[in-house]
Amino acid sequence: MSALQSVSDQRHFSVTMPRADDFDFWRDQARRLVRCGIAPERVIWSEPGGSGDLFSASAPESEELPTPQDDAPQTRASKRFVSVAQNAILHSDPERFALLYRLLWRLQSHPRIMEDKADSDVRRIEDLAKSVRRDSHKMHAFVRFREVLHEDGAEHFVAWFEPDHHIVRANAGFFKRRFANMHWSILTPKGCIHWDGKTVRESPPAQRSDAPDGDPTEDLWRKYYASIFNPARLKVGAMMSEMPKKYWKNMPEAELIPELIAGAQSREAQMVDAGAMEHEARPETLEAMERAVQACRNCGIGELANQAVMGEGPRDAPLMIVGEQPGHQEDQTGRPFVGPAGQLLDLHLGQAGIARDRAYITNAVKHFKYVRRGKRRIHQTPTAKEVDTCRWWVEAEREVVKPKLILALGASAARAMLGKTVSINTVRGKPVMLNDGSELWITAHPSYLLRLDGDARAQQEQLFRNDLLAVRERLAELAD
Amino acid sequence: MGPLSTIEKLGILADAAKYDASCASSGTAKKNSLGGKGIGSTEGMGICHAYAPDGRCISLLKILLTNHCIFDCHYCINRKSSNVRRARFTPQEVADLTISFYKRNYIEGLFLSSGIIKSSNFTMEQMVEAARILREECDFRGYIHLKTIPEADPELVHQAGLYADRVSINVELPTRKGLTRLAPDKDASQIEGAMGKVKSDIIEAKDAKKRFKHAPRFAPAGQSTQMIIGADAASDSDIVGRASKLYGGFGLRRVYYSAFSPIPDASAVLPLKRPPLIREHRLYQSDWLMRFYGYQVRDVQQAMGKDGNLPLDIDPKLAWALKFRSVFPLDVNRAPREQLLRVPGLGVTAVNRIIAARRHRTLRLDEVGKLTVSIAKVRPFICAADWRPTALTDRADLRKMLAPKQEQLELFAA
Ligand code: SF4
Repeated sequence: MSALQSVSDQRHFSVTMPRADDFDFWRDQARRLVRCGIAPERVIWSEPGGSGDLFSASAPESEELPTPQDDAPQTRASKRFVSVAQNAILHSDPERFALLYRLLWRLQSHPRIMEDKADSDVRRIEDLAKSVRRDSHKMHAFVRFREVLHEDGAEHFVAWFEPDHHIVRANAGFFKRRFANMHWSILTPKGCIHWDGKTVRESPPAQRSDAPDGDPTEDLWRKYYASIFNPARLKVGAMMSEMPKKYWKNMPEAELIPELIAGAQSREAQMVDAGAMEHEARPETLEAMERAVQACRNCGIGELANQAVMGEGPRDAPLMIVGEQPGHQEDQTGRPFVGPAGQLLDLHLGQAGIARDRAYITNAVKHFKYVRRGKRRIHQTPTAKEVDTCRWWVEAEREVVKPKLILALGASAARAMLGKTVSINTVRGKPVMLNDGSELWITAHPSYLLRLDGDARAQQEQLFRNDLLAVRERLAELAD
Repeated sequence: MGPLSTIEKLGILADAAKYDASCASSGTAKKNSLGGKGIGSTEGMGICHAYAPDGRCISLLKILLTNHCIFDCHYCINRKSSNVRRARFTPQEVADLTISFYKRNYIEGLFLSSGIIKSSNFTMEQMVEAARILREECDFRGYIHLKTIPEADPELVHQAGLYADRVSINVELPTRKGLTRLAPDKDASQIEGAMGKVKSDIIEAKDAKKRFKHAPRFAPAGQSTQMIIGADAASDSDIVGRASKLYGGFGLRRVYYSAFSPIPDASAVLPLKRPPLIREHRLYQSDWLMRFYGYQVRDVQQAMGKDGNLPLDIDPKLAWALKFRSVFPLDVNRAPREQLLRVPGLGVTAVNRIIAARRHRTLRLDEVGKLTVSIAKVRPFICAADWRPTALTDRADLRKMLAPKQEQLELFAA
């Protein structure tokens, strides 16, 4: 080796990138440098317009890049390297060009180096590429267009976005494919892109004030954002890690976040309050229930300010009889089935040979629902919702008494047991298995019989009797 | 009270949709709007356009066509007997909202579900109509997910699949018993029948596509379902078992779990407490293990306690490893991939990195540390060139050491 050559091998070269994101340019220069055998320490890469490397002043004068010998081997790079490099070069770290070159240089002697994830150069470059991918992904997600009217009357959509890295040009294609038939512009402090339906145009960096201010559709969007969020599941940390605060200022919905978080607890409390009783523990004894039910205001009937009527009978009764709701007389005495319907029921139970005092008798709804006509209180049928609400109490009674067989009188009682409305005529006369293993039998309510006359009454009384007889027989079987 | 404005309806009908857990917009056929007259693209991966303070991603306009309902399911805010404010969109309104949100890059598309008005068929027709307007009149090429109504005519469900990227049919509850009790108007066999039909439609369409280039696409992103967790007594073992049958039997892409939330106006049949959110999270983790880590249902069930539930304080993978301590430690320089995937704290990415790196060197513990998120969790379960843990079986306190601190748990469960 001649002395002259060894001196020239100490030469430094400086490459200034024409654009911060120009992969093709970097690749062409890097290939050439590799082929000329110029080691990474001897190349200084600088950003466009930047002051270059800090040490460039002290470095020897840089020179024109040499031309490789014709017989110099081709530069090689693995596929993985190329795809990582294409992303990494968009990073705002000023050292990225040099880092990439060093790795390309090492690749010539270690072609599989990219696979070695424990290598520190490989890790750094992968990290750069990863932050760029993340930034691009956030751009796809968080660009918010606002509609502006163009002079020609056409819709034009303009967005302001602040990326961390030089990703704007690289992502033009995504927006072009997605909004092919819209005219749009994305303005950023790192350069702008525009699409008119035919071509992508670039323009120099913009300022926030260049972008439009508002769009009426944002009110709709904010309404949506506030409504779709479930305050019962606040997970602020998860939100912040995916949507860091730095992006918030350009997203119209983000201004709601503090308020939504602050209000979540009270919104959840309201939700829970509205369904309040599910969150109280159910009383575990009939006595405790008796006391607690008086204070129940879970449905409007409780507000009528009368007394609640609990069930009555042995706490280990094999049979539970459920009616609809207390009437005027039950409300006055505080005992179930003491009025006219109760008397009719007693009569039929007696005839069928079922001992009333061996049964636990109660109602689906615990308070008396009525409307006032002068001095009189007229019975009103509870709604399905009221029955469902009051079901909480009947279920508490069932849990304590654990009857083998339940006889539901009428549609409200049947609903309280099944959670749905059934037609008495189709379900009567045969058992329905309940979840806890008990059997449900359904028949008419005795007050229904009271409202009928003549043949119709005789016919219905017969059906009622049959049902009670069947129940007695079944009870006898269950007792064995 | 005058008719509701669009913004009021949106408030009501988005609020009513917030209990639904499914939201993803990924995994469909690639499309773009080049050469068309509308807008929209899908590029494989879905995009989350925003995150709500509940941590969930917003990628679709998720609304109900209406929250009127003739059904009375106890866990549902829209149940017939509930007192909520009701509203109803026309199919055109749904399409217009979707387009104007899409043009501003707020969303990837539409996720439409509905309460049942008049009849299942009537409702399904309206939903299909919204999708038809989007696809045919607006030439919309973004994502559409329709939650179909299982009682509707199969022909309507078929049409839904021709417009939508994904169709879903909720199984609602993990057990038939729960369904009978809490959704008395719904029928498990009908739901499964509808899923089976969608599955065969998907297979048929894929087959046709292979043979005829212009065969119509049918739900290219497949079908999914959702179950409500914690509203009935089903254990995690029941749930995971059910999910795996659904994956296997109906070729589902995803089973979503939704922890039952307290709903205003809830029915008294519901449980006294809402389940901890962490339970839902553990179920998703076990789902993940089965979909990406080669765990069988049996493995996940083995990680459960005697009550058939996954432990809440540690993740299912760690729970499994603690039960099968004799499998460990595994040598990171030699163990096959499937085994490394069983190491608590090693994700798929970390395992891939280890396997790639060990072709070049014999890994030491600190090098493994560079390839994983946290070495502390991994350390007791592996051997490396310079590392061998003390025998796991000797360490009765291992679970306590590895379980996250209590405060973190609280945070998650909040
Ligand atoms: S009727 Fe039942 S639910 Fe309504 S207030 Fe009385 S006890 Fe409570």
